[in-house]
Amino acid sequence: MIVKEKPKAFYDTFERKGAGQEVTHYCPGCGHGTAHKLIAELLVELDIQDRTIFLSPVGCSVFAYYYMDTGNIQCAHGRAPAVGTGIRRTHKDAILISYQGDGDLAAIGTAEIIHAANRGENMTVFFINNAIYGMTGGQMAPTTLEGQKTLTTPLGRSSGRDGNPIGMAEVMDAIKAPVYIERVSLSTPGKVLKARKVFKKALENQIDKKGFSFVEVLSPCPINWKMDPVEARSWMQEHLEPLYPVRNFRDGSHLPVPHDDFIPFMKEDEIINLLSSGGAIPDVKASESDLEQRVKIAGFGGQGVLSAGILLANYAIASGYEATWLPSYGPEMRGGKANAGVIFSNRSIGSPVVAEPNVLIALNSPSLTSFENDVEPGGLIMVNSTLVREEVKRDDVDVLYIPASEMARESGVLATANIIMLTIYLKYKGLADTELLRKVLPLSVKRKDAVDLNLKMMEKALAYYDRELA
Amino acid sequence: MNRSVIEADLCKGCRVCVNSCPNHCLSIGSEINRLGYQYARSTPEKCTACGICFYVCPEPGAITVYKGEAPDVK
Ligand SMILES: Cc1ncc(C[n+]2csc(CCOP(=O)(O)OP(=O)(O)O)c2C)c(N)n1
Ligand code: SF4
Ligand code: SF4
Ligand code: SF4
Repeated sequence: MIVKEKPKAFYDTFERKGAGQEVTHYCPGCGHGTAHKLIAELLVELDIQDRTIFLSPVGCSVFAYYYMDTGNIQCAHGRAPAVGTGIRRTHKDAILISYQGDGDLAAIGTAEIIHAANRGENMTVFFINNAIYGMTGGQMAPTTLEGQKTLTTPLGRSSGRDGNPIGMAEVMDAIKAPVYIERVSLSTPGKVLKARKVFKKALENQIDKKGFSFVEVLSPCPINWKMDPVEARSWMQEHLEPLYPVRNFRDGSHLPVPHDDFIPFMKEDEIINLLSSGGAIPDVKASESDLEQRVKIAGFGGQGVLSAGILLANYAIASGYEATWLPSYGPEMRGGKANAGVIFSNRSIGSPVVAEPNVLIALNSPSLTSFENDVEPGGLIMVNSTLVREEVKRDDVDVLYIPASEMARESGVLATANIIMLTIYLKYKGLADTELLRKVLPLSVKRKDAVDLNLKMMEKALAYYDRELA
Repeated sequence: MNRSVIEADLCKGCRVCVNSCPNHCLSIGSEINRLGYQYARSTPEKCTACGICFYVCPEPGAITVYKGEAPDVK
């Protein structure tokens, strides 16, 4: 009777390039293989293979997808816990295994692991600490021991020069949310069997939705340690384990399931209502009129430059055009320069950059100065004449002077000058459809009470147009 | 008889199992396998089918442990 055999969660053959379709690509005696075997066995034992998504790191275990017959995402270096977080938002019941080396998790990926732990993401992290960068040929890792010779510490790591080894289990233990933190070692048979129990618990926690479990696995890299596999395991006991004690740091697996903060399911209109003041882009047929408008709206931050751009882009989409919106603003939210480029066209748009506008809406003086000369001959320049004293010098463009800020001030909210300019622009171009504007407006106005005010300003702008410009 | 059966062409000759078997059932032979390694061999006499060699071995399919009836291998 067979009592132990290749776990069924492994593929029968490992379809990869080069030799050996039934063996791993790992060096003889590498700890990754042992860790994989423990995990593969548990996937079957816990009956979770079908819903497991294995997150491969960058490092020697990058090819884990060759071996385990589960879902897999090969993540950018250090990002596996962030990728797992993303999956968790849409797959409540997936089993997420973030399997990461010490270069991956403790160097380039420190931000991701700390914040995933801090959020208590329901996932299981297997952190393979082999005190070195294996895949790239044996450079120092954050976990490399004092005095340990590596490719990048040929004299031996020196804390003064290279910093001290980091105990990631200890770092995790400084964070409140993780439910389970333990360090294990693959140095002896007894410790391998113990590791199996710990792996199992770390996975069971996830099945039970208990939250974030972190298992640090001391693991041999005989090749880069320049030892034979048996010697490497003795070295672990003599040198690695004294610095990185093999023990449990936290076990909250008996605690009740933390409450579920999942975002409730929402219908599309509920989401739109939550994020905007209602309103929606109606389904439309593509516009047939041949048109390309490259609009630059510019002013100070706070003048509603960016939101006017969004409104215009949404309106264009609702009218059946392709549209892009590209904001540009300084570090300051208010007072600094801001501009938005909107392109809309019945053709597809290559780049959203508006370098040569055919419409410039200048809400203040510096905007006119900056962009006047960029406008395409035959284009349109609209000037907020309340704030812009100078005249447009170009004589090869259409120019409209609108006292927009004055009109806005009369109705009490200066920041509605943007809507006035935009409405007049659309009307002037024969593109204004007031009904459609009404529908789209709430999408780009955050506050409900501002919707009415903006609608009023639209009416005012249309009346102005009929009176002064028609 | 119990036995740990080693698949010659799946073994990388790392000796970890040899060094771990409490009953000294395993050794590295002199023959070279398809991968170019001198691979591990087992003897059934003292094997208790404890599974230790299986767990410490890094290769997924190199070791199968039988309790009682084991296939005949060299
Ligand atoms: C963004 C990025 N930076 C650097 C690398 C190069 N690189 C590949 S593997 C690796 C380190 C892997 O070490 P570790 O995480 O300890 O895994 P091991 O190979 O030891 O299992 C590095 C730095 C990369 N692939 N991507
Ligand atoms: S380099 Fe080290 S970690 Fe990578 S496969 Fe070889 S032994 Fe394993
Ligand atoms: S099963 Fe146990 S006793 Fe038998 S060969 Fe393997 S380690 Fe030795
Ligand atoms: S541990 Fe596995 S790979 Fe290493 S010698 Fe034994 S059977 Fe071969």
